[in-house]
Amino acid sequence: MAPTAAVATPPPEKSRRRRARPRRLPYLLIAPAGLLMLGFIAYPVLSVFSYSLQHYNVTKPWRNGFAGLDNFRRVFTEDDQFWPTLAFSAQWVFTQVTLQLLLGLALALIVNQTFIGRGISRAMVFSPWAVSGVLTSTIWILLYNSSTGFSRYLADAGIGEYGTSVLSDTGTVFWAATVTELWRGVPFFAILILADLQSVSKELYEAASVDGAGRLRQFFHITLPHLRDAIILATLLRGVWEFNNVDLLYTLTGGGPAGETTTLPLYVANTGIEGHDFGYASALTTVAFVILLFCSIVYLRLSKFGGDRT
Amino acid sequence: MTALLTERNGTAPRSTAPGSPPSARRRRPGRERAFDDVPRWQIYLPLGLYLLFTLVPFYWMLLFAVRPAGSTSLAPWPMTGAHFSKVWNERSFAVFFQNSMIVGVATLVATTLVALAGGYALARFDFRIKGAFMLALLCSQFIPGALMLVPLFEIFRNLQMINSLGSVVIAETVFQLPLSIILISGFIKNVPVSLEEAAWVDGCSRFTAFRTVVLPLLRPGLIAVGSFAFVHSWNHFLFALMFLSEQDKQTIPVGLNTLIGADSVDLGALAAGGVIAAVPVVVVFAFIQKWLITGFSAGAVKG
Repeated sequence: MAPTAAVATPPPEKSRRRRARPRRLPYLLIAPAGLLMLGFIAYPVLSVFSYSLQHYNVTKPWRNGFAGLDNFRRVFTEDDQFWPTLAFSAQWVFTQVTLQLLLGLALALIVNQTFIGRGISRAMVFSPWAVSGVLTSTIWILLYNSSTGFSRYLADAGIGEYGTSVLSDTGTVFWAATVTELWRGVPFFAILILADLQSVSKELYEAASVDGAGRLRQFFHITLPHLRDAIILATLLRGVWEFNNVDLLYTLTGGGPAGETTTLPLYVANTGIEGHDFGYASALTTVAFVILLFCSIVYLRLSKFGGDRT
Repeated sequence: MTALLTERNGTAPRSTAPGSPPSARRRRPGRERAFDDVPRWQIYLPLGLYLLFTLVPFYWMLLFAVRPAGSTSLAPWPMTGAHFSKVWNERSFAVFFQNSMIVGVATLVATTLVALAGGYALARFDFRIKGAFMLALLCSQFIPGALMLVPLFEIFRNLQMINSLGSVVIAETVFQLPLSIILISGFIKNVPVSLEEAAWVDGCSRFTAFRTVVLPLLRPGLIAVGSFAFVHSWNHFLFALMFLSEQDKQTIPVGLNTLIGADSVDLGALAAGGVIAAVPVVVVFAFIQKWLITGFSAGAVKG
């Protein structure tokens, strides 16, 4: 479809009045969005870049001033928290995106079938999508707490021990947080994939089953190629989102125990907000941004997004 | 959606068999056979397990919210409203609820209007900075809101908007805009331009044609985008935490965080606060979840 070409051609005489300012109209229409984004996204981004080259600490005003690349040198050579938090971020994003994709895909395929109770099942399994990070933390803190949580009832039944809290044990906290994030993350993938499944041509399945292809072969030769672009885009967006989002870990574990679950953005937030070291936090932000952009480009290249489809 | 598909087929006939539009709604004998030979247990068993995983946490929260303090019963009776009246009155959730509503509705209206204008421009015009604008929209998806807190705080401080709900509305709207514009321009592209041209020929102005012809067809898409904006701003935590320090200006997620961070967590009150936070989004979600699938499948994901 080429609507723009159709509009670009000069209109008939009759519609002259409305077309008096056709050149200005698109600019007027994007002006509100453009100005908001310039003022509240572009300008803050530029100030982050500029702060990253300065010493800027509210609590140590006598040191404030141009710093050159000093903050960046500190990030890579002196900071003993940068690499561990970056590594944890990578582990967190990879685990979340992989598991959310696999579970979300399975869930979408199931609720795409025709069965009794499909509408209500869809509504129920998708519902955690609408729940916030703080509320998710709230719910799972109730489940995980050691005195009246799930473990107590398991202990009553003779499984495990009383008084264990999975959130304060370094051995279990990763999986406890992972399950919590999966609970609200899987519906996102399931919704997107289910939406894309609606546009698979039914004729393809018919032809395949006439040719004797089983359900497994239909999945790998029809469904999966069709979903390719949607999956690439969804995993990328979700990966970026999981990297950036701090709501859940901030409220569920606070980055603990012993810094075990501190992601890079959470570390940055702590440095900037609680430590008031804006210059250094901005340098960390810049580094995080570059890493994210680099990984995204590599991912799009490797996955050949938008490439030839079957 | 169905009208949309029919319309599109009417204007641009596809090379499918005559009389069989590729609508997912149409029931065809072949389709039943291809899909319905899945054994029932292969649907109900995994679905049942996943439903347990989804619903038990919700039930757990409800249970704690209505169960008297100290009870360890797994059934929600005897029931008490004590926790609710405590968080609603003593913990100011009445105020938080009102603030969250204001922020949510204002963000919804602002996002939808601004994104409609921008989306229309992208879908229907060719102009010089179009490519740059699209690129800016996509790039902004990579900018972590959490890491923008400090500069945004300074901007709102200079505008004297700290402790005003307006700061949160602006921040939420701005970060909601890029995705909303991309989605809406996708929806508008799906409406054949010939419909609008027909209205122009009939003497409608561009705006009237848009309002009477295009807007009604955008309903599912707008519902999806608007509810996105509402749910996100209702849920979002960091902006409110940073920009609103006075207690009577705070929103529900900040209130919940305060309950979590209390020295000795009152689980009953926390659960009741959670239920209050969940009710509006669950209601919105129950209404929109059908539109969500159609909204997305209208080519939105692929732009």
